[in-house]
Amino acid sequence: MGTLLQVQELTTKVAGYTILNKLNFSMDDNELRVLLGPNGAGKTTLIAMITGQFKPSSGRILFADQDITRWSPDKIFQCGISRKFQVPNMYETLSVFDNVMVSLQSDRRVFKYLARRLSGEDRDRIWSILEFIELADKADYPADTLSHGERQWLELGMLIASNPKLLLLDEPTTGMTEEGKFKTAELIQRIAQNHTVLLVEHDMHIVRQIARKVTVLHQGQVLAEGSLSDVVANEMVRAVYLGKGKFV
Amino acid sequence: MLQVRAIDTFYGTSHILHRVSFEIQDGEIYAVLGRNGAGKTTLMRSITGINPPRAGSIVLDGVDVTGLKSHKRTHLGISYVPQGREIIPDITVAENIELALIGKGERRNGIPDFVFDYFPAIRDLLGRKGGVLSGGQQQQLSVARALVQSPKLLLLDEPTEGLQPSVVEEIVSIIKRIHAERNCAVLLVEQNLEFVRDVTQRFAIIDTGRIVAQGDIGDLTDEVVRTQLSV
Repeated sequence: MGTLLQVQELTTKVAGYTILNKLNFSMDDNELRVLLGPNGAGKTTLIAMITGQFKPSSGRILFADQDITRWSPDKIFQCGISRKFQVPNMYETLSVFDNVMVSLQSDRRVFKYLARRLSGEDRDRIWSILEFIELADKADYPADTLSHGERQWLELGMLIASNPKLLLLDEPTTGMTEEGKFKTAELIQRIAQNHTVLLVEHDMHIVRQIARKVTVLHQGQVLAEGSLSDVVANEMVRAVYLGKGKFV
Repeated sequence: MLQVRAIDTFYGTSHILHRVSFEIQDGEIYAVLGRNGAGKTTLMRSITGINPPRAGSIVLDGVDVTGLKSHKRTHLGISYVPQGREIIPDITVAENIELALIGKGERRNGIPDFVFDYFPAIRDLLGRKGGVLSGGQQQQLSVARALVQSPKLLLLDEPTEGLQPSVVEEIVSIIKRIHAERNCAVLLVEQNLEFVRDVTQRFAIIDTGRIVAQGDIGDLTDEVVRTQLSV
């Protein structure tokens, strides 16, 4: 298992505030990593750096041995990095099936894919993704008729369809009921069987359900890293993030 | 102190709430639970007057507020902490709080001291723009902004969403203090069941715009959760 992502000495400043401070962070191929940290620790900023939406002041990001630090977001997406935002992002009036179809390849040109004839292979792949995210029975429904949880699952399906090597999931269970969160965590675990996944999540039930290795960011640096039990036992992590343990 | 009687609320032509009724007693902490899209936030917006009901009534301390505008309801003692907090990003923390005081119809006598007692961190943030605060800081500001209006009824829409465990603990202790010290009833919409069981006395579950279960918080068993709140 080789290293897929390396963040080296990454620093970024916004309006005079240092958000990431010489951050070093790496992930192996096919790893599922949970990223924790106080609000404002730099988690979302790190994701925005990896996807190219923000550029760092210094440091670099290597992905599959290529330096992607200065690449455009589009080029980074094409090379296999996909991001899921907290709020689901999809084509509201297209059907569930069509949303997956336009995401089938990394080149998301919606009109091109709506206009073209699908191969049998493409169709099979769309149906297998719809079954994977358990929305096959709603394939013909417009996306805007789905429940909040179903929309989150559809977006995960759209991400898988673009065939990424690395998925960055920023609080994908936001606003869900506890059962919805549990089901989403199961889906993420299944996705992680064939993908590298970096998950930002505050809900410790989810973290406990899926975590293998956990990284805790604080003030733009790695405060702790290791198994969930090691991290939960860490005094500094308890002080800045977990509290007395009532909601851990 | 609050009586919601058979309200029907619509968004355009969509009928969201169907004859919803419940009551909150003086100083009580009451939770409304439900799946996403069940109508919980619409219920909050009906009570605040942002999206008033077309039928039924809402009575606060014996006063029928059903036909009143939002700011009139604020004057009578209803304050709202919306989901997403809705901090005004381009003005300072102090100005966010002062606006709430003006909204209550009070002169600008400065920020009351109890704000710094409940939220010590706010003192150091007063000059910062609302938009640069972290999620936890925004939530504290949002609750502080509601509290300076001296509400009789505080509406909190998913106050723990997106917050780290230690900040959730802080929110719990603040809600308990508000309840104990300020004789303020709290209506809470929340998905975090541990949080709900910790701070509330009674609950209602809403499903597709109808109340399908209600009772004391001890009645919120795993079986009720499984049957009424599963996706």
